[in-house]
Amino acid sequence: MEVTLTHYLVLSTVLFAIGLIGVMRRKNLLMLFFATEILLNATNIAFAAISHYIGDLSGQMFAFFIIAIAASEVAVGLGLLIVWYKRTGKIDLDQMNSMRG
Amino acid sequence: MFEAIAFYLFAALTIVMFTITVMTSQALYAITAMAAGMIFISAFFFILGADFLGAIQIIVYTGAVMALYAFGMMFFDTTRNVIEKRTNPKIVFVLGILAAVMVVAIFVAPIVSNNIHALYPVEANVGNSQAVGMVLFSKYLVPFEVAAVMLLVAMIAGIVLAGKKMDKSLTLMADDQIALNHTSQESNHKGGGH
Repeated sequence: MEVTLTHYLVLSTVLFAIGLIGVMRRKNLLMLFFATEILLNATNIAFAAISHYIGDLSGQMFAFFIIAIAASEVAVGLGLLIVWYKRTGKIDLDQMNSMRG
Repeated sequence: MFEAIAFYLFAALTIVMFTITVMTSQALYAITAMAAGMIFISAFFFILGADFLGAIQIIVYTGAVMALYAFGMMFFDTTRNVIEKRTNPKIVFVLGILAAVMVVAIFVAPIVSNNIHALYPVEANVGNSQAVGMVLFSKYLVPFEVAAVMLLVAMIAGIVLAGKKMDKSLTLMADDQIALNHTSQESNHKGGGH
């Protein structure tokens, strides 16, 4: 009973699917951010697993940069969300139609 | 054997935690389950021998990102239930499974075609942190510096966006002053509109 690369890729895909379902069913923007974090983490697992089984460090490097991007995304996104909440008092996606698009 | 047990245990835990995050209607349950799932994901990195990545995962995700979310949630009304979109659940699940199969194809295609060469192979006699440092500061030096600048920009953006009117402290003001401030802000809201 050995854990192979396929196991990790299947796990990563399951987590990615969970995140994708979250992105599609959430209306609250904060919950949407949580689902985005799940998506990024699922890809990180795949990168680390491939890096281990191929014997190459590039996968881990990409995982580091993905973590950096996730951190900056949270900082900017939460800042914008707080400004929006101060102005309107809501963070629902359906009510952000001030441009009537 | 132990590796397999650890893998299946943490896989089940991670999937359950992230399912709670996605499905629950309480924001506080979601953030707690999310933090637990992040810790469990770092276990995979330790199993895979990527020790430095596992430590970074714990420090950055559960230390910084989750703390930032918890801090940001203080601004929002998190006690009321989250209302969900009324979409057809069948469409959502079919699209999710379709996208997942696509991701599998993306990952499996280069492995099946045997087209991957190890550009920066792992050296046997150095630890993971040392090997990561050697590759990061030689081959990936420019992306590393760009990422540093990006984090600085994101930090300044976060301070500028969230830090407006932070100089007005609610704890140091008298009660009537707070009420006055509040009414003037509300009239501003009504007057300013969108």
